[in-house]
Amino acid sequence: MSETPAHRLPERDRPWMMRTYAGHSTAKASNELYRGNLAKGQTGLSIAFDLPTQTGYDPDHELARGEVGKVGVPIPHKGEMHTLLDGIPLDDMNTSMTINATAAFLLALYIGTAEENGVDRAKLQGTTQNDIIKEFLARGTYAFPPGPSMRLIADMVAFTVTEVPKWNPINICSYHLQEAGATPVQEIAYAMSNAIAVLDAARERVPADQMGKVFSRISFFVNAGVRFVEEHAKLRAMSILWEELGRERYGVEDPKHLRFRYGVQVNSLGLTEAQPENNVQRIVLEALAVTLGRNARARAVQLPAWNEALGLPRPWDQQWSLRIQQVLAFETDLLEYPDIFEGSVVMDGLVGELLAGARAEMAVVAEHGGAVEAVPYMKAALVDSHRERWRRIESGEQVVVGMNKFVETSESPLVDEDGGIMTVDAAVEAHQREAVEAWRAERDQAAVDAALAKLREVAADDSQNIMPASIEAARAGVTVGEWSQALRDVFGEYRGPTGVGEATAADHGADLEALREEVGRVGEALGRTVKILVGKPGLDGHSNGAEQIAVRARDVGMDVVYEGIRLTPQQIARSALDEGVHVIGLSILSGSHKELIPTVIDELRAAGVDVPVVVGGIIPEADVAPLKAAGVAGVYTPKDFDMNRIMSDIVALVAAKGGVSTPA
Amino acid sequence: MSVPAPPSAGRGAELGVRLRDRDLSAAPATLNLVESRTPADREQTAALLRELSPAKLGGEAQGHVIGVTGPPGAGKSTLLSALVREWRTRGKSVAVLAVDPSSKRSGGSLLGDRARIDFDPGDRELFIRSTAAGERLGGLAPATRAAAQALAPAFDIVVIETVGVGQSETDVADVADTVAVIVQPGSGDALQFLKSGIMETPDVLVVTKADLGKIAISARRDLSAALRSLGARDTKVVMVSSVPPPSGIADLADAFEDHRAALDLPGRRLAARRAAALADFAVEHGERGVRGLGGRRAAVKLLAEQDPALEVPALVAVLEAKVAA
Repeated sequence: MSETPAHRLPERDRPWMMRTYAGHSTAKASNELYRGNLAKGQTGLSIAFDLPTQTGYDPDHELARGEVGKVGVPIPHKGEMHTLLDGIPLDDMNTSMTINATAAFLLALYIGTAEENGVDRAKLQGTTQNDIIKEFLARGTYAFPPGPSMRLIADMVAFTVTEVPKWNPINICSYHLQEAGATPVQEIAYAMSNAIAVLDAARERVPADQMGKVFSRISFFVNAGVRFVEEHAKLRAMSILWEELGRERYGVEDPKHLRFRYGVQVNSLGLTEAQPENNVQRIVLEALAVTLGRNARARAVQLPAWNEALGLPRPWDQQWSLRIQQVLAFETDLLEYPDIFEGSVVMDGLVGELLAGARAEMAVVAEHGGAVEAVPYMKAALVDSHRERWRRIESGEQVVVGMNKFVETSESPLVDEDGGIMTVDAAVEAHQREAVEAWRAERDQAAVDAALAKLREVAADDSQNIMPASIEAARAGVTVGEWSQALRDVFGEYRGPTGVGEATAADHGADLEALREEVGRVGEALGRTVKILVGKPGLDGHSNGAEQIAVRARDVGMDVVYEGIRLTPQQIARSALDEGVHVIGLSILSGSHKELIPTVIDELRAAGVDVPVVVGGIIPEADVAPLKAAGVAGVYTPKDFDMNRIMSDIVALVAAKGGVSTPA
Repeated sequence: MSVPAPPSAGRGAELGVRLRDRDLSAAPATLNLVESRTPADREQTAALLRELSPAKLGGEAQGHVIGVTGPPGAGKSTLLSALVREWRTRGKSVAVLAVDPSSKRSGGSLLGDRARIDFDPGDRELFIRSTAAGERLGGLAPATRAAAQALAPAFDIVVIETVGVGQSETDVADVADTVAVIVQPGSGDALQFLKSGIMETPDVLVVTKADLGKIAISARRDLSAALRSLGARDTKVVMVSSVPPPSGIADLADAFEDHRAALDLPGRRLAARRAAALADFAVEHGERGVRGLGGRRAAVKLLAEQDPALEVPALVAVLEAKVAA
């Protein structure tokens, strides 16, 4: 038998696990979607939960309004989990759950459901995302303060390492950092610092001889942007740092334990609403970033759909993305070779640069006292990076094809009358509200009360692990809202830093000067500095857009009231009244604008606040007219990347409302 | 019941009457008015404050004006959030005037603190307003002084929150009955400022993050020693923690009440009004104007001769008349 040459593998590699981030409306509809996706060749599940489930509210909670079943599936209790997983072989499936603040309870529901179906928990495979630091930094679905949140994570690590040994209790996410504007260096440094915080917390809860195993169960969830060569270098740098960290900080020696394992969802931030078909080639190139080099290849890949900047993708859109993966894995020769970058001067050079930058930034985070303490620092740094990215796009330094260059286009046959997206039936929410009420009425209330009492007791006692009591609660029929409230009672509530207060002053040249002049002129005529309220109603935690608007409004000379995420319409109206603002900007990306925006406007009117309201976010074209009919003065979507134009519109609205004449 | 203002009285007087009647819903419009710089609105503000003069009120405003100041990151907002909860539990109505620094470059500002104060949107006895500090770094805008004076007759508690450990405390002291400085353990700044006299001695010193244990206790010890060496025996040092379960919050609320109870309120308010009048005059007419009065000391003397029941705009008018004469 001849020996395999160095440039070939003895046998073709097995493809990575292929998933699609999916879930919407109801457990039943999502179950059908999963089965369909598996039939199309998907090899793992990736469950998208709706925002109420992610933030620990039942469908009938006030804050859940407009959000039920929108960006994912509502799973408030074990009955819904059974429906969601119906007919799916759990001893064979690898399930990734995008769940963080309430991860302990959703894992408890998963374990409970598996066991009630006769599947041993030791056989379960999958991942709970469970990375709370990036929720504080970028995604916003936190529920408890940092300290108790880290304890819950450590509890899950300690529990799964023995009880559910094939489970990844946490996915350290650099993904959302890039979505929030992180540079590659920041993405690496903050993710690694975050991992250190988790491992340090876990080290206090597991025996020393288990640390290698614990280390090996920590996986990453990364991002890949369209600069795919540098992005690949980033992953190689991360794998080097990870191994170093394992050896040096945690004394891990087994090479198997030291391996850097990651799943990926490629970049959504760079996907455009303008000429959305171009997103397909962006996605393909980004997929190359995480698959090209064997030494840093993804274990699991999920690709966004071409129309994400327009709204929720349909099953066909997601199928297209799955097919991209399948062509890459099964048609090309990618999986036939060893690492193709070994010995590359360019790759080694890039990796070296990123390593040096990341080490320096990790040292800064360490100086702040570690990732938990450094959240405000990292948040402000991300807001700054994002602003720099936006500036480059506005100025044309960074080319985005179809958006700031080559914008001429023929009519697209892909975007038809329905807008080329999926819409969730508004009746879903009412149905889910009734369903959860019915569930509460039918269960054994004494058992529920006992389980919740036990849960509170365990939560208050730092020496106990939250998981057994959570599994008991799941079995007793406790809901995610009840589980979360019990912990909120013990741990307290928390509002994350907004990062905008620390943002440095911008220098945008002449455009900004002209705007400042106009803002100043209008303010003088009104008697007070133009004051704007930037608000995020609902549960959506994607605050990047709102933050950038807030910072730019400050930079053009306005007084800006920005209160962070997760506000009720009543809170927004009350702030607008008390603060005496001249204009209100609302941001929603979760698809709940149709319900929430008119409610906010009703509340404003009830409070006697009569000022212009503008809305920004992922707003399908078809929804613009109804919003304007409800009283919205302007609607901005991702294609409106020129923020100075938005500011100029806003000042004009304020001037018109205040009877200020147009500039001479 | 006070007599309603005559219909021709104008917005300022109407708002003044509503505040005198403790109509808390007048607060937002009051702030919109006192913050306005147009000449017409300035006149209305004067009319508003006239309705709230000690003469019209039949004494000093009943509300307790508390200045809360400290460096960024000391935990002011978190503390304030807990304090507001405590006061609301005690049945007290609360107005929070949060003063944020402005960007010198753009003139704009990010008013962020509100984000960290939990509030129930249905609570009509809690009012939170954020204001940019204006052009003077760390200073108190004239509008904030006027706002505090306007709201004090209506609310039980009026809090002015400012950033800094330097000059701004003196500004706050010009308007507050009780001044609290917030420091966090481990930062020696407050200690240095106290010793060097950069920082005026506050009425209450609050050490946050008491959950940090040893560091907090040693911070308290150092501060107490510094206060003793300055002869400031009346200054209370209170340790608080806003991390659940919060601690020391009730003690702090008590310390504020104790300070107010021991205070010569009419004396302090009178001094505050006179200081505010001079400050407002100086903002309007500058140093040249002050020289026109024969200098600061002469101005102080002139103010001291006036009727104690006069409100700030009336005192400013006295100064202006003197310059014109």
